[in-house]
Amino acid sequence: MQSSRATEIVTGAFVLFGFAALFFLVTQITNKDFSAGSSGGYILIANYQNVGSLKVGAPVSMSGVTVGRVEEITYDQQQYRAVVKMRINGSFDRIPEDSDASIMTAGLLGGQYISVTAGGSDQFFKSGGQFMVVQDALVLENLINKLAASFSAK
Amino acid sequence: MSNTIVKMLSDTLAGFGAATWFFFRILGQLPQALLRPRLIVHQVHNAGALSLVIIMTCGLFVGMVLGLQGFDMLARFGSESALGSAAALALVKELGPVVAALLFAGRAGTALASEIGLMRATDQLVAMEVMAVDPFRYVVAPRFLGGIIALPLLTMIFIAIGIFGVQLIGVQQLGVDQGTFWSQMRGSVEIEDIMEGLIKGCVFGVACSLIAVYEGFTAAPTAEGVGRATTRTVVNSAVMTLILDYMITAIML
Amino acid sequence: MTSDRPKTFNLVEISDVHYSIGGRDIFKGLTLEIPRGKITAIMGPSGTGKTTLLRLITGQIRPSRGKVWVDGQDVSRLSRQELYLLRQQIGMLFQNGALLTDLSVFENVAFPVREHTDLPEALIRHLVLTKLQAVGLRGAHRLMPHELSGGMARRVALARAMVRDPDLLIYDEPFAGLDPISMGVILRLLRKVNDALGITSIVVSHDVDEIALVADHSYILAGGKVVASGSPKALKNDQSALVRQFMNGLPDGPVPFHYPAPDYYSDLLD
Repeated sequence: MQSSRATEIVTGAFVLFGFAALFFLVTQITNKDFSAGSSGGYILIANYQNVGSLKVGAPVSMSGVTVGRVEEITYDQQQYRAVVKMRINGSFDRIPEDSDASIMTAGLLGGQYISVTAGGSDQFFKSGGQFMVVQDALVLENLINKLAASFSAK
Repeated sequence: MSNTIVKMLSDTLAGFGAATWFFFRILGQLPQALLRPRLIVHQVHNAGALSLVIIMTCGLFVGMVLGLQGFDMLARFGSESALGSAAALALVKELGPVVAALLFAGRAGTALASEIGLMRATDQLVAMEVMAVDPFRYVVAPRFLGGIIALPLLTMIFIAIGIFGVQLIGVQQLGVDQGTFWSQMRGSVEIEDIMEGLIKGCVFGVACSLIAVYEGFTAAPTAEGVGRATTRTVVNSAVMTLILDYMITAIML
Repeated sequence: MTSDRPKTFNLVEISDVHYSIGGRDIFKGLTLEIPRGKITAIMGPSGTGKTTLLRLITGQIRPSRGKVWVDGQDVSRLSRQELYLLRQQIGMLFQNGALLTDLSVFENVAFPVREHTDLPEALIRHLVLTKLQAVGLRGAHRLMPHELSGGMARRVALARAMVRDPDLLIYDEPFAGLDPISMGVILRLLRKVNDALGITSIVVSHDVDEIALVADHSYILAGGKVVASGSPKALKNDQSALVRQFMNGLPDGPVPFHYPAPDYYSDLLD
């Protein structure tokens, strides 16, 4: 134990390094900041005929940048529509009120997400605001049916 | 024939039983062992810091291979963009904990087993007994604790370096878009996945450390006995790691 | 040890002990006594269980029959904690020293003190250096065990064995494999330590001539029993065949030169 001090220093560096790695993994390769800040930001709502396979936790993105997460998906029995509640990160507070929210698919087999396209209005969404313009999820069967119908009509 | 099978089974069972007893004896000495943090620091150094180079090297290359293979496989489906999430999930959930545990068994486990075995062979353990110092408290428990602390940390380092390796090949060399790579990864890796990796690292740490100190402590006090103890440490640790890996995965999925 | 127990004349008493390992009988009714303040030698041919006897006295193993008394306590009945308390009064010198390889000479000698007491660092230093001075290795206190010769390692082990001023010092083969100078050093230390500290010593050895120089009393073990006892001088003049064979180092006698085997000629003709 002659070099016990050096041993302790090296060990300390090793432990710090290990925790740094853990910190890197938690903060850099997950979306921890959004899921942890589930009480922060503000809520927007959109109604859809069909949400397809959209899941709670799916990203809400604008021009490909994730600005929020889907927080809740419920079904409104009065309107017979799916109600999607999304939580938007507080720093994105200039989303025009006439923006539209479409359900898109990431890649051919990827999961579904909500893509928000900014409108031209000067009024920005407040918490609890509702998208007026929406586009449902693309369901492969419906698409094929439509295609088949258009072919047989010819 | 059936006799040898019965004997093998009973030997295995007896080994399990003895190792379990051994585990409880360590647990009994843990409170007193915790009063000597310097001994534990020393063992974290031996088991962890000294394994760092091999863990980092292997992590880098495992990541790079994953980059090449993953890219090639995903390119066949036209979804190279998924490389980040596929490789990160594979590393975080499976490759990281398992490969780190196997490397740990080979590097630190064998060192522990042969060190304790040599202490047995040179009467050091008996000398402690006669000096009224429980070797479990002074020798076994600190080494066991050191291993338990070291392996989860090594696992995290392995995964982080591995992801860097994937990124090196996928992004720098094969041209996957940097932003896509990271955002895909972030979109699919959940905090639960990292917890799964961490839990596996902890469980493997307990298993591999226990096997190493047990084999060393019960080694026959000869050169041959110490050699056999090291071999058994590697073999048993590897088998145990893979069995536990299946069980944890089945529970956590 | 503790004042509430009357001091027995004999520190160690072993009565009618039977012990066997793996079906082989080591002791078949062993009885002997170790008087206080004396150097008692246990001698005997290899394989007669001399080391096993030491393990019985220190409570590492328990006899299958018979009693081992140390300082008035039945060793085989002690709990683990009581046994550890008893062992704190015992110092033992192992054949190869058994120094802890990851500690320096100083820390090795300090080890029992640090483990069992809360003495301040200055006092520990004083204690350790005094004992190292006694064995002539104060200058080597910074060395690691692997840097020591066999004789030096044994002297460090001796310093460690006596650092807590035990009542009983046990030497397991203290002369084996030493050069004549180291042997002389150990011999002189053995006598000096015993007389200066007023302790009881047990020496296990088969170095007849060296034992004759220091021991007050000797036992010769063979076949699991005491076959002869007395002062070394008396044993030299003992007329029994086994004692003469052992004391004079004759190759054949009651202890046969040959391991039991079938008839030589018929074996060769097979």
